[in-house]
Amino acid sequence: MNTTLERKEVKESANVEHQNDQRSVKISVRDLDLFYGENQALYQVSLDIREKEVTALIGPSGCGKSTFLRTLNRMNDLIDSVRINGDIHINGNNIYQSKDVIELRTKVGMVFQKPNLFPMSIYDNVAYGPRMQGIKNKKELNKIVEESLRGAAIWDEVKDRLKTSALGLSGGQQQRVCIARAIAMKPDVILMDEPTSALDPISTLKVEELIAHLKKDYTIVIVTHNMQQAARVSDKTAFFLNGEVIEFEQTDQIFSMPKDSRTEDYVTGRFG
Amino acid sequence: MPNPSEVKQTNKSNRLKYIMEFISEKLFLICALISVLSLFLIIGFVFFKGSNPFIADGYSFIDFIFGSDWIPSEDKYGIFPMIVASIYATIGALVIGVPIGLLTAIFLSEIAPKPIAKIISPAVQLLAGIPSVLYGVFGLAIIVPFLQNNLGLVKGQSLIAVILVLAIMMLPTIVTVAETAIRAVPKTYREGSLALGASPIGTIFKVVVPAAKSGIMAAIVLGLGRAIGETMAVILVAGNSLIIPTSLTDSVRPLTTNIALEMGYAYGTHQEMLFATGIVLFSFILILNFVLAKISSKGGK
Ligand SMILES: Nc1ncnc2c1ncn2[C@@H]1O[C@H](COP(=O)(O)OP(=O)(O)OP(=O)(O)O)[C@@H](O)[C@H]1O
Ligand SMILES: [Mg+2]
Repeated sequence: MNTTLERKEVKESANVEHQNDQRSVKISVRDLDLFYGENQALYQVSLDIREKEVTALIGPSGCGKSTFLRTLNRMNDLIDSVRINGDIHINGNNIYQSKDVIELRTKVGMVFQKPNLFPMSIYDNVAYGPRMQGIKNKKELNKIVEESLRGAAIWDEVKDRLKTSALGLSGGQQQRVCIARAIAMKPDVILMDEPTSALDPISTLKVEELIAHLKKDYTIVIVTHNMQQAARVSDKTAFFLNGEVIEFEQTDQIFSMPKDSRTEDYVTGRFG
Repeated sequence: MPNPSEVKQTNKSNRLKYIMEFISEKLFLICALISVLSLFLIIGFVFFKGSNPFIADGYSFIDFIFGSDWIPSEDKYGIFPMIVASIYATIGALVIGVPIGLLTAIFLSEIAPKPIAKIISPAVQLLAGIPSVLYGVFGLAIIVPFLQNNLGLVKGQSLIAVILVLAIMMLPTIVTVAETAIRAVPKTYREGSLALGASPIGTIFKVVVPAAKSGIMAAIVLGLGRAIGETMAVILVAGNSLIIPTSLTDSVRPLTTNIALEMGYAYGTHQEMLFATGIVLFSFILILNFVLAKISSKGGK
């Protein structure tokens, strides 16, 4: 495992320099503060997330990774006490100035920590988003469902049981159907909050392979507690600590020669 | 080694414990048996009395169910008009009460800001605590005159009055049970749906309510049970005429009121026929409970 990791790092660092300049900024965050009532959870977060890259968010529990991720599709709006200062632009639009949360969420999909398929058939789960968008045509829906399930590398496993309850699948399969459900919206960005923390190693590997594959078409932001995972799947990594971004760099740099001693302590496991 | 007197001591106190244990166990059992016993006594008594005319006196059960004349003085006992009245009244109350109840439950659990829910929720629960005769009085004092004046009826006591009163009476049952079911739907479903760009209302009707389906069905069946068994409020607003209702404004006599109205002075076959009416009513409730059990066992899976 270590050798593939290193090989990947070498390959990446060779490519990185010239790739970096070509890719345009997809998500731009400036001076973001977030408060839960009186408690501040994010402090002056600023970072640029580039198109068709995988950006990993790492950091100790409670440091604000999920909170930050959920600002990107405005899921924090569901919590009454949340207050936000600062700007987030996605595709150049200030998402907190626009009133259209629904439009934003169709463009920025999300995969949660625990698979959260609805208690309905696999087909209906994947078709749910498109149906909500007003797509009724059967053929079109069939096509979207198949494409999405193929895109999430789960089609072969479920194609014969599309009409059965999605809750009958294994956890790993469910998580990939969740990814299919997100893809079905044809989003630009996919947010993933610890998508493999509830999965066994083999399912985890499958999801990681899938992420590497999805990167071709989507901008992905992933929260993970697993350092190897961050190293394996991501191009860039942001290290969060107590609501601040301590370091945001190329992944291989974060793991091989972090600039900040706190980052180093964390990635080498010396951190509490 | 413990000395013998000590052993004796502990044995003694242990024995006391065992006896206490035994007694309290039996006490629980007896308490539990009381309700079962009451159930069997009531059923047994009603069935014994109610089946007598058909077994001993040769009355036809078919005529009893489908006969349209109830004239005890002429020995005619047909309860078909009452069965029809009970069914109509119950269905009517459902048609009005279920949508209002469900929308209220959804509002309270999903939409209402907390301070507003905190006012409405206890109000709804208080509605459940009002004695049924007061519903009847309310119906008689407000709904009946209202219908009389606005629909130009000779007599405001009618099927529609029964339906309205029953609809209000079933509201608390439906609201509280459905609200609990909806609140029990995991938050992750809502988040999943909203994250897919569904609107809050779309999320409620496409994900939350379907996920709470079995609880909502239970709410409806419980409300139904309340409506079909209600007696006191219904007597006051039904009008109690012995006809098969053909319009909402007809005066009706549901099964429950028939028993309550006549049991006081009935004797002999007449009284037994009232018990038989009870059997029919009981069968309805039994079927409902069966349906309810089916629904909730399905929900458990
Ligand atoms: N709904 C909420 N209301 C109030 N405070 C919250 C809420 N959600 C999170 N917080 C607080 O915000 C801070 C950041 O939480 P967050 O969930 O973003 O951390 P995290 O980095 O995702 O942690 P983990 O790795 O454990 O998932 C924590 O101090 C937490 O207590
Ligand atoms: Mg988290």
